[in-house]
Amino acid sequence: MKRFIGFITKEFYHIFRDRRSLFILFGMPIAQIMLFGFAITNEINNVDIAILDHSKDATTEEIINKISSSKYFTIKQIITREADIETVFKKGKIKAVLNFEKDFSRNLIKEQKANIQIITDATDPNTANAITSYINAILKNYQQSKNEDIQQPYQIIPQTIMFYNPELKSVFMFVPGVMTIILMLVSAMMTSISITREKELGTMEILLVSPLKPFQVIIGKVVPYIFLSIINAAVIVLLSIFIFKMPVEGSLFLLGAESVLFIVCSLALGILISTIAETQQAAMMISLMGLMLPVILLSGFIFPISSMPTPLQVISNIIPAKWFIIIIKGIMLKGVGMAYIWKETLILVGMTVFFIGLSIKKYKIRLE
Amino acid sequence: MKEENVIEAEDLTKAFGDFTAVNAISFEVKKGEIFGFLGANGAGKTTAMKMLIGISKPSSGKATVAGFDVYTQHQSIKKNIGYMSQRFALYDDLTVKENITFFGGIYGLSRARIREKRKQLVAELGLDEISDKLVGSLPLGWKQKLSFSVSLIHDPKIVFLDEPTGGVDPITRRQFWEMIYKAADQGTTIFVTTHYMDEAEYCDRVSIMVEGKIEALDTPKNLKQQYQVNSMNDVFLKLARTPSPTLPEGKGENTVIE
Repeated sequence: MKRFIGFITKEFYHIFRDRRSLFILFGMPIAQIMLFGFAITNEINNVDIAILDHSKDATTEEIINKISSSKYFTIKQIITREADIETVFKKGKIKAVLNFEKDFSRNLIKEQKANIQIITDATDPNTANAITSYINAILKNYQQSKNEDIQQPYQIIPQTIMFYNPELKSVFMFVPGVMTIILMLVSAMMTSISITREKELGTMEILLVSPLKPFQVIIGKVVPYIFLSIINAAVIVLLSIFIFKMPVEGSLFLLGAESVLFIVCSLALGILISTIAETQQAAMMISLMGLMLPVILLSGFIFPISSMPTPLQVISNIIPAKWFIIIIKGIMLKGVGMAYIWKETLILVGMTVFFIGLSIKKYKIRLE
Repeated sequence: MKEENVIEAEDLTKAFGDFTAVNAISFEVKKGEIFGFLGANGAGKTTAMKMLIGISKPSSGKATVAGFDVYTQHQSIKKNIGYMSQRFALYDDLTVKENITFFGGIYGLSRARIREKRKQLVAELGLDEISDKLVGSLPLGWKQKLSFSVSLIHDPKIVFLDEPTGGVDPITRRQFWEMIYKAADQGTTIFVTTHYMDEAEYCDRVSIMVEGKIEALDTPKNLKQQYQVNSMNDVFLKLARTPSPTLPEGKGENTVIE
């Protein structure tokens, strides 16, 4: 028994003296609960919508006020023509457009009914559903409050249009997200193991003493993985198209180019991780645990970022996956061209340059 | 004939915070010499060597290796020296031939030259039968010899060997030193650190570092005479003191500074 207790005591020493295992034991569960608690929500908050008001009369104004004063929606834009609807969706910020028909008030009074279209960006079917039901509820509410005073009850008839995804297939939401996650994880993990392996084997020293320049070593490590990841990405896209019937409305070439950019970005992140990690195991752990969870939660892949508390929304901006999901959804489901996604593309380029630059700098520091 | 110095160090110093690992050492190494760089663990040998091979910047002092300044010309130094690390670092999951090809490549050898060298090395080391085997499957003695040969692949003027005979049996060690002699005969300068005092006897000159300073620098014969002992082992015992256990944490030559 004494021997056994002696052994257990040693195990406790190991755990408490290893900062990493303490972090996993206590730090991670707390972080996860916080993240999950705040990020996972099927409610919507502050969704940006646009109004297309053909009537501009007292009734529409009342309805619009009611909607904008609710915490669920923010009226971001007023558009004037049907043609603007698609433009506004392509830009990506607006998630729904409310289209009031002409002579709204008059129709209500004369014919006891008026029409309103709720057009949602259904590339995220969950959000689209939520938006639709909330708007419907507000409309019903308004209708009821008005109907208390008058003889002839009238109806506001909402017509729901799910743009880009009429069948509300959730696979449209998942496939871009999963593709992003897989590319990022595999790339980051592969390269993070690459450098730490040299460290573990002792061959890193040889490279340091050789005439190879730091940037040659770093870039040299990234290049083979680029080719392999491209093949990976191509397979995923093919599977999505043929098995899940995902459309590719936009240019395949642009899709390919952006994918390559994202792959390089993830590889660079992997390299950065490996300059920090001491062993291959640590590198793998950081890639899996440190990247996977925050990316899945905060990239907007499953849970809409706009519904999260502001601090989380801010953090989500530093996750490359978030920007790539916007790009890839835009190209595949909305058919956007570079004109709409140049900002996101530029951000990814910036991140890549930053990761590579930082990796080279860290590599050079070993030389001092 | 004036013998040229291939390594010159003058008051070379390396400090980490307020711990001075290498304290103003001065010495020269002549061309074609086998120079033994000895010292106890923690005495500063590895730190000093790192400065000479261009992967660590000195805190002060001067040094040139193969005529190049260690502060400003370390890229040139790297091109002109060979290095064999303590762990005989070769890639275990590459074959013998692939390792040779790789190192030839990063030292800028042409394809033809690499091919030539490959054939030469394989023949010299008797590796014909296993040249396509993964290096990981070789016994330690073979790895050691291969590692040494690879460090010479670009015919450098100087080759730095960091404890090259760790963990190998006496016969293999002997064979290894024969390889060293052969290289030295052909004009390559050998700078070797070692724990084994009998190997110190094989060197032309040795220096002994103690707590960051060079306490002895002479031929083995002269040192034995000076200290009135019969072996380098005894010279070492007279001079070297193990550093105190209160060495500042994270300092000292055996800490891997990553």
